[in-house]
Amino acid sequence: METPVQIPFDAQVLDLVREKVPADAIEPAPAVDMPTAYVAREHMLAVCETLRDHPALQFSFLVEITAADYHPATPRFEVVYHFACLGEAFAQPAGAAVPRRLRLKVRVPDNDLGEQSLPWAHSLTPLWPAANWLEREVFDLFGVAFTGHPDLRRILTPDDWTGYPLRKDYPVQVRKDAASWSPMQLTVEEFAANVRATRAASAAAARTRVDEPVPMRTDKD
Amino acid sequence: MGPQHPSTHGVLRLVLELDGETIVGAEPTIGFLHTGIEKTAEQKKWQQVIPLVERMDYLGAQSNSLSFCLSAEKLLGLEMPDRVTYIRVLIAELQRLNSHLVWLATHAMEIGAISVMMYAFREREQLLNLNEMIAGFRLFPSYIRIGGLREDLPRDYKKAVKELLDKMPAAIDNYELMLTKNQVWTKRTKGVAVLSKEMTLALGLVGPMARAVGINYDVRRMWPYLKYDTFDFVVPTRTAGDVFARYQVKVEEMRQSVRICQQALERISPTGVYDCGDYRVVPPPKDRVYTEMEALIQHFLIYSQGFTVLKGEAYVPVEGARGEHGFYIVSDGGNRPVRVKSRAPSFLACQALPHMIKGGLIADVIAAIGSTDVVMGDVDR
Repeated sequence: METPVQIPFDAQVLDLVREKVPADAIEPAPAVDMPTAYVAREHMLAVCETLRDHPALQFSFLVEITAADYHPATPRFEVVYHFACLGEAFAQPAGAAVPRRLRLKVRVPDNDLGEQSLPWAHSLTPLWPAANWLEREVFDLFGVAFTGHPDLRRILTPDDWTGYPLRKDYPVQVRKDAASWSPMQLTVEEFAANVRATRAASAAAARTRVDEPVPMRTDKD
Repeated sequence: MGPQHPSTHGVLRLVLELDGETIVGAEPTIGFLHTGIEKTAEQKKWQQVIPLVERMDYLGAQSNSLSFCLSAEKLLGLEMPDRVTYIRVLIAELQRLNSHLVWLATHAMEIGAISVMMYAFREREQLLNLNEMIAGFRLFPSYIRIGGLREDLPRDYKKAVKELLDKMPAAIDNYELMLTKNQVWTKRTKGVAVLSKEMTLALGLVGPMARAVGINYDVRRMWPYLKYDTFDFVVPTRTAGDVFARYQVKVEEMRQSVRICQQALERISPTGVYDCGDYRVVPPPKDRVYTEMEALIQHFLIYSQGFTVLKGEAYVPVEGARGEHGFYIVSDGGNRPVRVKSRAPSFLACQALPHMIKGGLIADVIAAIGSTDVVMGDVDR
């Protein structure tokens, strides 16, 4: 078990992205599986547009949007995006780009609240329709709001759910007493006396039942 | 429509807006099966997560555990011996066959070809018997572990697989005989629920859905894992992008899976290793546990405290039965994951449903749902 090799960020991707945004808007980060970079939240849309539309990049496949909660670290949340370029399989008419994968991460602090008084990030739904439900899922489970999202509602949990289940400060298994149960309001002696009285009454009723006619129910009752 | 409708694959609810029989708008409602597996996984030790993730996509159980293990092994920096890799290929392809058989059976039954279901489930039963041989559990074997496999293949397993594989091509011909040129089938499926190439990828649909519209993308080809680049197989594609094209792609995939299984079977040596041999992660063999103190201690440590995974994050995609499938995992260097996230192809297929059925008829909704092959356990997790 050796320390895995770190994958460097593609210099070409970095250069092309930096044509449109300031150089400090995208900052490569170490990762073992695919090139990874942190992107400043306000430049995310511009970066994604370049990634999707630039003929040398063509990251037209939005693989995944998710988030991670690093409570109690600051900034607390990271929204994680995976992209892929499919090369010949899905190319612009002018020609194909090299197939490759990419992970971008956006740091989302929990002290800078946006709409709905929640931590926020920009929505990618205008660029990829696939982002619609993926962002709703992140909103539902992490409580990160996406500005510019057309239909930001809960998706997996019921609409009236309170709290955001995948946050680290959300309790794992809330055990509550069932509402229908309440402790017995009698002492043991009173309970036993009640049982005896009920049994005696039913025994007496059974004895009289054979020789007494059953009283008819009248309208006055 | 739903969530108790027999043709909505479990518990999918579709709110349909209708103009007579024509669909004007549709809104899928999901979450009836949400069990918080990702939250639960954060409380479990790494190897305890495997049975949990297998229950996400319950028709492709071992594709879940495979992708989770590959991601964890990426973080750990573990290399698998060839024999383990080939056994995993065999398991993964049998799982794909299994999942496609259930899809074909239920899809055909929903459209009205009930006899296909009987035949497809006959073969699927034998695949479940194979699972029973390796693990004693038919649906969720938890056979693939981080660092290798749970144990070696049982005696006569390869013989049983071979018997099944020899039968499969004729069986698939038989399904096709019942459907491909069947006029009822073609009229219900051709030109139904069409998605354009651009829309398919914009909605994040890959796998059989994308290959049916001409996007020749298969993770096994483009980013080979498990040495898939050394296997000889064809990635079938069609261009029509309707329900019939998806059916053709999947049936052809079943044939290719049989071919890959046969090649893997030849490469698996009768005896040999079944894990990577790194005893920090995999428990030592039982005979050593019973005779050596150190092995016993290590065995106890792994099962009581678990093992730690290096700090970092990983996402290794595999080609599941429903498309690209993978786990994004984050570790803080401890013995429990910080975050486990499944990239669920069914979730995105569900999102695409309204785009496919708008303008069609109510009867075509059933064909559309069937062709996307959604598994609600994968959607709601």
